[in-house]
Amino acid sequence: MAQLRAPDGADPQSIPALLARNVDRLGPRPAYREKEFGIWQSWTWAQAADEIRALALGMLNLGLRPGDHVAVIGRNRPAHYWAMIATQMCGAVPVPLYQDAVAEEMAYVLGHCGARFVVCGDQEQVDKVLEVQAMSDAPRNVEQIIYTDKRGMRKYDHARMNALADVQAEGRASGQRLGPELDARIAALDYDSTCVMLYTSGTTGKPKGVVLSNRNIIETAKNTSDFDKLTYRDEVLAYLPMAWVGDFIFSMGQATWTGFTVNCPESAATMMTDLREIGPTYFFAPPRVFEGQLTNVMIRMEDAGRFKRWLFKHYMAVANRVGPSLLDGKPVGFGDRIAYGLGNLLIYGPLKDALGYGRIRVGYTAGEAIGPEIFDFYRSLGINLKQLYGQTEASVFITQQPDGGVRSDTVGVPSPGVELKIADTGEVFYRGPGTFVEYYNNPESTASTKDAEGWVATGDAGFIEEETGQLRIIDRAKDVGKMADGTMFAPKYVENKLKFYPNILEAVVLGNGRDFCTAMINIDLNAVGNWAERNNIAYASYQELAGHPQVYATIKEHVETVNRSVAQDPMLSGCQIHRFLVLHKELDPDDGEMTRTRKVRRAVISEKFADLVAALYDGSDSVYTETEVTYEDGRKGVIKATLKIEDVPVFGEAPMEKVAAE
Amino acid sequence: MLDETEGYTTADGRQIGPVVMDLRNITLRFGGVEAIKNISFDIRQGEIRAIIGPNGAGKSSMLNVISGFYVPQEGEVWFKGYRRGPMKPYEVARLGIARTFQNIALFDGMSVLDNIMTGRLNKVKSGFFSQALWWGRAEAEEIANREQVEKIIDFLEIQNIRKTPVGRLPYGLKKRVELARALAAEPQLLLLDEPMAGMNVEEKEDMSRFILDVNDEFGTTIALIEHDMGVVMDLSDRVVVMDYGRKIGDGTPSEVRSNQEVIDAYLGVSHD
Repeated sequence: MAQLRAPDGADPQSIPALLARNVDRLGPRPAYREKEFGIWQSWTWAQAADEIRALALGMLNLGLRPGDHVAVIGRNRPAHYWAMIATQMCGAVPVPLYQDAVAEEMAYVLGHCGARFVVCGDQEQVDKVLEVQAMSDAPRNVEQIIYTDKRGMRKYDHARMNALADVQAEGRASGQRLGPELDARIAALDYDSTCVMLYTSGTTGKPKGVVLSNRNIIETAKNTSDFDKLTYRDEVLAYLPMAWVGDFIFSMGQATWTGFTVNCPESAATMMTDLREIGPTYFFAPPRVFEGQLTNVMIRMEDAGRFKRWLFKHYMAVANRVGPSLLDGKPVGFGDRIAYGLGNLLIYGPLKDALGYGRIRVGYTAGEAIGPEIFDFYRSLGINLKQLYGQTEASVFITQQPDGGVRSDTVGVPSPGVELKIADTGEVFYRGPGTFVEYYNNPESTASTKDAEGWVATGDAGFIEEETGQLRIIDRAKDVGKMADGTMFAPKYVENKLKFYPNILEAVVLGNGRDFCTAMINIDLNAVGNWAERNNIAYASYQELAGHPQVYATIKEHVETVNRSVAQDPMLSGCQIHRFLVLHKELDPDDGEMTRTRKVRRAVISEKFADLVAALYDGSDSVYTETEVTYEDGRKGVIKATLKIEDVPVFGEAPMEKVAAE
Repeated sequence: MLDETEGYTTADGRQIGPVVMDLRNITLRFGGVEAIKNISFDIRQGEIRAIIGPNGAGKSSMLNVISGFYVPQEGEVWFKGYRRGPMKPYEVARLGIARTFQNIALFDGMSVLDNIMTGRLNKVKSGFFSQALWWGRAEAEEIANREQVEKIIDFLEIQNIRKTPVGRLPYGLKKRVELARALAAEPQLLLLDEPMAGMNVEEKEDMSRFILDVNDEFGTTIALIEHDMGVVMDLSDRVVVMDYGRKIGDGTPSEVRSNQEVIDAYLGVSHD
């Protein structure tokens, strides 16, 4: 195995330096792959370095200055990762942005970081940037646009616009002239120069630019790669938004540190096929991806023949009993081992292959709570799925679960080098090598988030379990409130329980300062639509299905079961849901109801649906509402609906006996 | 009127070339029924030319005359400077004309990829045995054809359904696959028979964008029939309006829109 750490401890201090090291030690190994025209194209570290250098020279040629910001907007493609490294080589700062952001959102961020250069994936992104530049109140700071995909770009005014390949060609041509300047800029990079700036989605207020240094990224990459024993032989699939810190750590930080291969899917829609073809060994996905896949498996099993269904059921029971213990290295009986081996041959192996998880060594999920059944399902198949807890300001990793210490209700032990403390209010604080430098041009926010000693408030309330030392998160600290009678109100705790049902995609629980809790629920069109098909229930639209009496009845059952389980927790039994409604539209980031990372924005929702909230609390049994929606192309429309409101039974103080008696 | 050898520049700055297809005094009869009555118009290099009209106006018949499927009883069809006689379908394809159909005509049991590959058939030179035995130039040819097809798949953004049997696809996507197959033949003149029929707004927008992109990227001349007036007026450079087999208007969308006869045809003035 190639020795990664330098013997004298003088590790490379920037991503471009790591790139040079990888060319030395791993030159002919694949660094990037991308599926194009139906075939996986690959670039070795040496080839990638050549492409990156050409691009950096090209950017220099266009006049990129040290300290400039370069926005990168596009899907996961090698060229976009190269653009970020090339930017760093020039001494400038890459700022990846969410590609699905609408022009108004982009306007703020582009203006805030004052990007002089923008790298756009395709015509759609170029159009957005031009639209931003044309807005009357937007700062016109963008001087050069570089686009990756040439399609549809011929008609544009190319005075300040170039194709990425052309910029590279120019760069190659001017290598002689600009080479020394570029080398000098690369040499000037050190551990404290800025590696990347990422905008936090922010459930409240304007996005903030989180400045992360080379130290933050490389130290974090080092520590966590050691933690999970990642090597240059690992493979990842880069499919999560490039603007998200996780993708930057996995596909940039850890990839350049360990030298493993970053695989880019052909398009967002082919991600599942590409996942199967690559079979990554190291994989991250938010819970909803795992949920979606499990729902698909279950739906398709329903269509299988009787024998196959029996086989599946039988061996999944074996897996449930034996799988997790095997994964954790706990003792397992000989008979069970044989049964599991058989199951692996007949069910688990083929299933894992079909899902694309055949080779996973380390899998992580984070971002939201994952349902215990879902978590256990994957673990029982022998997939080493773990949880981590993190945020942009920490360069992702705050806590993570070690092999052998994995549970669905905790988020793990502090990552190497990270310290944790819990404040009196229950809020979790951390500090470590990944702790961000500052919020860009926002000293007040920096000061209110990070104190003089480097402790950062996570905004989450939680506690550390004494026996295991693992962190457990209860809820967002600011969302934890009090009911009118003073008992604790933790909406997310209840919402997560609701969301564990495949039928429920999103739930918003209300009740802060009120007498009782209520909920607004989004159905999962996939699961509920499939159920409707099976039961011959005709529907013409999402809205009609959502309002169907039988759907209401099913959701009511779910809510009732959740109430029963919430009632068992003496601290939170006041959070049982008394009344609920099923929303007529899906909560959508385009309408501002969720963040781009799909976290519910409570303030927006309670304001936008004020009429629904009022109806939930005034005792009426239906409510008429009109809601403005934004279509994908930015146009607006209005949805009108009359929503039914259902009452749900709640359970009393002594639920334990009742449950036991059933 | 323009001279047929000179071009013009469209409102959005595209350069339109000389006439490629010239239809002169076409009359088409089915028994005693005159489907097309003495119609003349031309299609120029690089333009998007629409044929519109109420139901039964003779639009599809007109398209079939252009494609060579119907041979008119009277009149002349000139293509690229030569007068065209009766032709077999494969001869039409070799001339560089491809089309899509009003009612989708794909092979339901075959994958999207295979369906599009059929569009490359007239580019295949290797013989039956060579292909059956995968010997000689068959392999190189297949690879070259596949590459071309993959470029079209990428262009129309249907990578995710590459291996899906066409029968399982929703309607809007089938239409797109049909366009892909027509493009696989690398046509100079592309005929689209109601490319947006039965689509929802989003699918229509996608299809419009693809039609414009095809025209822009490959420089393909496009003749299309469409009912959706908004789409036609936005897409096309020039429009022919037909009613009861006659040509009642011809010109840019704005010219056609202000033509009294056209307005009457669409508002339903009684014919005597």
